[in-house]
Amino acid sequence: MSVMTSAPPRPVDNRASAILETLKTRAFATPFDSVLTILFALLLAWMAATAVNWAFINAVWRAEDVDLCKDSGGACWSVIDARHRLILFGLYPYELHWRSTLACVAIIATVILSCMPVFWTLRRLSTLWIAGFGSYFLLMEGSLIGLQQVTTDQWGGLALTLFLFSSVVLIGMPMGLGLALARRSKLPVVSYGAMLLIDFIRSLPLLTTLFTAAVVIPLLLPDWLQGDKIWRVILAFALFFACYQAEIFRGGFQAIPKGQEEAGRALGMSTLQILSKIVLPQVFRHALPSTINMVVVTFKETAIVIIIGFFDILASANAAFGTGEWAPYYMEVYVFVGLIYWLFIFSLGQYGEYLKRRMQISQR
Amino acid sequence: MLASTAPLRLPTPRDLVIQTLLLGVIIVVVWGAVTSVRTNLEVLGLSSGFGFLERSTGWSYSFSFMERSIDDSYARTLTIGFVNTLVLGLICIVLSTLLGFLVGAGRDASNMAVNATATVFVQIFRNIPLILQLVFWYAVLIHMPGPRQAMSVMDLAFLSNRGMMVPALNLPLATGVALTGFVVLAGFLIARFVVMHPAIKAGAWLALSGLAAMLAFQLTLPPDTPVVSVPELKGLRFVGGLTVSIELIAMIIGIVLYGAAYIAEVVRGGLQEVSKGLIEAAQSLGLRPLTVWMKVKMPMALRTIIPPLGNQWIFIMKATTIGVAIGFSDLFMIVSTSITQSGQTLELIGILMAAFLLINFTLAQLVNLLNARLKLKGH
Repeated sequence: MSVMTSAPPRPVDNRASAILETLKTRAFATPFDSVLTILFALLLAWMAATAVNWAFINAVWRAEDVDLCKDSGGACWSVIDARHRLILFGLYPYELHWRSTLACVAIIATVILSCMPVFWTLRRLSTLWIAGFGSYFLLMEGSLIGLQQVTTDQWGGLALTLFLFSSVVLIGMPMGLGLALARRSKLPVVSYGAMLLIDFIRSLPLLTTLFTAAVVIPLLLPDWLQGDKIWRVILAFALFFACYQAEIFRGGFQAIPKGQEEAGRALGMSTLQILSKIVLPQVFRHALPSTINMVVVTFKETAIVIIIGFFDILASANAAFGTGEWAPYYMEVYVFVGLIYWLFIFSLGQYGEYLKRRMQISQR
Repeated sequence: MLASTAPLRLPTPRDLVIQTLLLGVIIVVVWGAVTSVRTNLEVLGLSSGFGFLERSTGWSYSFSFMERSIDDSYARTLTIGFVNTLVLGLICIVLSTLLGFLVGAGRDASNMAVNATATVFVQIFRNIPLILQLVFWYAVLIHMPGPRQAMSVMDLAFLSNRGMMVPALNLPLATGVALTGFVVLAGFLIARFVVMHPAIKAGAWLALSGLAAMLAFQLTLPPDTPVVSVPELKGLRFVGGLTVSIELIAMIIGIVLYGAAYIAEVVRGGLQEVSKGLIEAAQSLGLRPLTVWMKVKMPMALRTIIPPLGNQWIFIMKATTIGVAIGFSDLFMIVSTSITQSGQTLELIGILMAAFLLINFTLAQLVNLLNARLKLKGH
């Protein structure tokens, strides 16, 4: 047995001998296997040691100690200590950062809560998202609840990234469902129109779509219809999301046997009733793993708005080491921002995997 | 509403009204946009149409695989952008597919250490936005030491903040491309159609390639020039050899690592789909593990792998657009610079979209072809 074929360890009653057995079959089965195990274990150990040395043991932590950074040979977290407010909140007024913090917490709580099966009905989920997004907007903007007004062009950093993400998902999800239904319509103009739009948007890079919304739309629309640049970009991003999501829903629709609709019709249910009581609940369930995947992709893709001039977390990271004093410590800033992204995306991804496994079990 | 269950029937008046209304709305929107563009362009004193393609640009950009000058026409500049996107995309597709298959096989391996290393790779590079990885590699590369303190490999290849300098054949680009094409084609034809001992086939291929290379040098090399040009430090910069710019290196590293992590997951999924009985049957025939893997497991897995792999290839092609973030002059960057310089927004956006539709369509056809070839006969 070698690396090339997967062999699950045989069940053994004793715990210690089980570990030995696993080691025997999965690490030292053949001489070649043993060499591979030792080489890759050494590689992993070396990488872990380098990372720990750099990030913890030799690191400098406090902003006051920045002078020690040059000779420490480790990470200079002083830059994060000194500039984390800029990275997280961008140009948002300094004394109002508590509002930005609360707003971010609202969005993160919304995402975490919607992972819980208790909220998995159409009404609860939409209430949750509208409430979460609404409290974010009220807190950030301020004037509607009697606080000092902060306009969208002053939003930035992680708060802006979360804003883009949540509004794209919130607007894009019903749009995607609408497109999926239009795609299934028996009216040729409607279904072909939807198909053309979906295929067109899906074959273009996201950046092209966003760039068109930011730069070209002002040429096409009369002034009074243009709106803010940020809303145009969010709408275009939501359209992108919707086109991919529509295809995911389509897969869900195809998985439902025809007989169910016919049975509903035979019971005298209306088309709308069949859709909302029989078809859609199953479509959502079937589409759930891919939807989570799409949400994760969307969160990652929000990072490209820096190209069309938004001050998102990546732009504020660049600004954080942009001044002469901090210029040598770009690596620490990128690692910090990367870690934030990684935590979000990794945990959502693991959750998606867990859900997929759980659904496979329930279908057996 | 539900097409699949609707009985065959003639459209009702209501259907017709809805569709006519929808068509009407679309027409009004398009017409409104066109008139709006026309008035907006008139205000700016611009004329629409593709006449601007003949004008020379008068601006420069960071990178090109082809000869270029500041007097190039818009048409040529856009072509260069298209070629940049295409070549970069192809390089990234090939490299990330190779790396992805390697890591994916590691993810499926029974060896724990191999498995853990592959998992770490995938979890790091898949869970951080591509653009962040890209600017990170770019920042690392521009903070490299300058040419005088360049890292060198046996004084033949150098890496500095000006890029990577490697030895190169002293051939004009076109001849080099033709030669490579000939060598690859000859190898393919010999491998496919000549029935002989493998060693003889390999020998014939090497001899043919060598002959072609000698012929190419005889025809194009001026007398008294060495066949290989090696980069050399002269003053503050390198002379000779081939310079790979740091923008290109950063793009390749960033996209390949990210793409490979995704492809690895596709490959792992495919390998895990292969039924256990099939593998056990091959093992019980007494085949060696490597043979089982190469001749049974991978060919079966490929049928599940190819369709999602095609999607990854298309994704990689689209991902080249973010090169603009580090100043790599791909098609998107050339188009957006052209827009700010010439103002011909709609035409240029149209060209950009057409180019990507063309690339995606071609790739999709290629994947379909691969799929058809690999399909199990009689299924």
